[in-house]
Amino acid sequence: MELIDLTAIWVGILGVGVFMYILLDGFDLGVGILYPFTPDERARDEIMNAVAPVWDGNETWLVLGGTALLAAFPAVYSIYLPALYIGVFLMLAGLIFRGVAFEFRFKATRSRRFWNYAFSGGSLVAAAAQGFLVGAVVQGFEVEGFTYTGGAFDWLTPFTTFTAFALVSGYALLGATWGILKTTGETQQWLYRLAPRLLAVVVLCLLVLSLWTPLLQERILEHWLSSWPVLWPLPALSAVFALLLWRALRRGAEFWPFAFAFGIFIATYLGLLSSLWPYVVPPEITFREAASAPETQLFLLLGILFLLPVVIGYTAWTYWIFRGKVDATMGYH
Amino acid sequence: MELLDPLLLSRIQFAFVVSFHALFPVFTIGLAAYIAVLEALWYRTDSPLYRRLAEFWTRIFAVVFGMGVVSGLVMSFQFGTNWSAFSFATANLLGPVLSYEVLTAFFLEAVFLGILLFGRDRVPRGVHLFAAVMVAVGTFISSFWILAANSWMHTPAGYELREGVVHVTSWAEAIFNPSLWYRFGHVALASLLTGGFVVAGVSAYYLLRDREVALNRKALSMTVWMLLLAAPGQILMGDLHGLNTFEHQPTKVAAMEGNWQTQRGVPFYLFALPDGEAETNRLGLAIPNATSFLLTHHWDGEVPGLTEVGPDERPPVAFVFWSFRVMLALGTLMLLAVLWATWLRLRGRLFTSRPLLKGLQWLIPAPFVAVLAGWFVTEGGRQPYLIYGEMTLAEGLTPALTGGMALFTLLGYIAVYAVVFVAGVHYVVRIVQSGPEQVGEAEQPAHAKRPLAATDIPFDDEAPLGGNGTGTRR
Ligand code: HDD
Ligand code: HEM
Ligand code: HEM
Repeated sequence: MELIDLTAIWVGILGVGVFMYILLDGFDLGVGILYPFTPDERARDEIMNAVAPVWDGNETWLVLGGTALLAAFPAVYSIYLPALYIGVFLMLAGLIFRGVAFEFRFKATRSRRFWNYAFSGGSLVAAAAQGFLVGAVVQGFEVEGFTYTGGAFDWLTPFTTFTAFALVSGYALLGATWGILKTTGETQQWLYRLAPRLLAVVVLCLLVLSLWTPLLQERILEHWLSSWPVLWPLPALSAVFALLLWRALRRGAEFWPFAFAFGIFIATYLGLLSSLWPYVVPPEITFREAASAPETQLFLLLGILFLLPVVIGYTAWTYWIFRGKVDATMGYH
Repeated sequence: MELLDPLLLSRIQFAFVVSFHALFPVFTIGLAAYIAVLEALWYRTDSPLYRRLAEFWTRIFAVVFGMGVVSGLVMSFQFGTNWSAFSFATANLLGPVLSYEVLTAFFLEAVFLGILLFGRDRVPRGVHLFAAVMVAVGTFISSFWILAANSWMHTPAGYELREGVVHVTSWAEAIFNPSLWYRFGHVALASLLTGGFVVAGVSAYYLLRDREVALNRKALSMTVWMLLLAAPGQILMGDLHGLNTFEHQPTKVAAMEGNWQTQRGVPFYLFALPDGEAETNRLGLAIPNATSFLLTHHWDGEVPGLTEVGPDERPPVAFVFWSFRVMLALGTLMLLAVLWATWLRLRGRLFTSRPLLKGLQWLIPAPFVAVLAGWFVTEGGRQPYLIYGEMTLAEGLTPALTGGMALFTLLGYIAVYAVVFVAGVHYVVRIVQSGPEQVGEAEQPAHAKRPLAATDIPFDDEAPLGGNGTGTRR
């Protein structure tokens, strides 16, 4: 037996990495999702400026998630991606459009509407695709050994459609609270009006999901019934954060709404992970079976231990440089 | 061949997205280095010329970089979606290599790019310079890792196969595999050539129209010096690279040279029509014994031919052969252009010779075409293998992939890229047309040196861009 449980460490690292992605890209995708509801062009300028300097770094967590998954759990990587083939394409297409829209929208005059659509449509499609992924994972995959054997559209079911809707609403909520933090005046007022409604939708989604998920999978139901003392606090925590968020919005707080929205995400995410535990490709493959060779996990771990703090450090530093309120005329470069 | 063959469609798709992606990195790597140099010169000399050049080229850089990022994003998911069997088999090696690329390069680039683009008035001048250098360094680190992965597929080392899965026995041997440094050097020089020829061509375009003469003379002069080293350096590097390939992948070299039979005194074909059926070339125009001399340094050295391996292990000969000719021709053309420019410089006519300036303007696409041709040689020449001698393309394909799925995404990517690429090129052309005149005359070292704490001052009051009014339109 080895001295350290590398695979368990990797579960932790990937868990944190995926979460960083959801949190960071979540708010900037959310900003895009809010676009159709913006009152005017000025608000659009402002909320886009609120994410322009940081979105690229945020998206890099997705790339890291992909490559680290390949490195630590190759079986997961080579089953998820083929299983979600069309969904992955849609997500990438969405990310491409919104990525270039950052460049072009500020400069465009006649085609500005087009880039507005590209930004919001791209964000929406990318967020929804990620929601389908979450649903598909809960739902499980048809596999033989370490090979996906299901069809091209197994990921498209009523349940996954609902998870997609839920994640889109969640991202929109994150985006709105980030906007509150970064904007002032009318735009901020508009977000204060919007956020409670989004919160209501999110809470509703979470309720439905908490009922639907155990009904979908007996395994999950049993899991929740048998280990309830550990698991039940998580939904309770979500509820508490939702309440806190609602009050913070009423109070007109600027920072706390974002923090509490973040809290709802943490609690939900942990709840989801514990529902699946210890499977990564339900209902067949556990995280141990999916692991790569120990020397591979070790080799990358050594680098990650040193590099991740550095990356987080300079990421935090840019957020610090671009702290404070944005305004519509700040523009680009 | 069947129309809905998932293998063929995946190959086309991979070749399409990777070719598209490969064009942007070479440009961004070269341009990032140039911008870092400009920022450094501005930092040292305080000359507004450098600052304005840096600002102008940074605008173009931003667009090209953005396109590089989004097309790269697609690349990193292609492995899993279309080549999942390959991913699964090589994950022990490629997983860490690609992850290190993200950790050491992508974050660096992405984070410091934010500061380079938006931070000029928010951070002290030295920090801005630092950000520019970090972005440039990041692009080189990134190419190091991705080329390590790619080179390993051509010259695999430091591993063993257990039950069809790659297990690394030596990280050093696997990463610093036999073709890595040749490929890295060749691609790095290709990047400098690309950045250099674009800057030279665009500066020539302005000089031909008498726009911003002082600024563009400076830019042209700088780049011609750089190219004077890079252009011959690339040919030398290419030669070394070819010798190394000859050692490890003789079949690829045989295809590059159109050499069918193992023989002595192999000629170098300037022109030929390779014929796979007849296993010979039709209509050859050749320099006698030249290939033997280049590869073995003996006029009648023996060179293995394509017929050493069976027909199903041969790469598409004509494709590789012609791509190689295109790269060589363009490399030679670029060298001639640089020599001509240097000769005119010695006679004091570098900035005024219209034929030269026109020629440089026309050469802007040349490095891009050469880069694509180079990749076509490298990748095409590796066929039918995905990992040379170890795994074929068919074995690497995703088992559950159907022709319909592959066709759907192929058409999808073509559609998406068509919109994005057209918009990007259109916009870069617009930036070039509106020109460096748009970049503020006003010099503000005092502002730029401002400490971080003073950033509460509203941004728009400073109006750093667009001295003549048109630049402020966003
Ligand atoms: C010679 C250099 C080179 C080559 C051959 C490749 N790349 Fe690349 N790539 C870069 C050099 C580069 C870069 C210069 O570092 C880019 C360009 C723009 C950018 O943001 O970084 C980049 C961006 C980039 C990104 C986006 C990074 C981000 O989010 O910031 C990804 C995911 C990839 N690449 C992945 C790949 C894959 C999977 C490749 C091969 C199959 C590949 N690249 C070939
Ligand atoms: C004229 C002299 C040149 C020679 C002799 C030469 C030689 C070579 C050879 C032998 C290869 C294939 C190596 C392999 O597959 O293992 C190659 C690949 C390549 N070449 Fe060139 N080349 C030359 C010029 C250029 C120029 C001018 C450019 C671009 C500006 C360029 C860009 C590339 C690229 C991007 C590749 C693929 C990556 C690689 O394998 O290094 N080459 N070159
Ligand atoms: C360093 C970055 C890479 C570049 C720029 C590159 C470039 C290319 C090019 C230009 C082609 C077209 C050749 C042809 O049509 O015959 C190609 C084909 C291909 N490459 Fe690469 N390659 C790279 C790395 C990789 C990697 C890492 C893989 C691993 C999956 C890979 C797998 C393939 C496959 C499967 C094909 C299709 C084969 C074909 O169409 O003939 N390449 N690549």
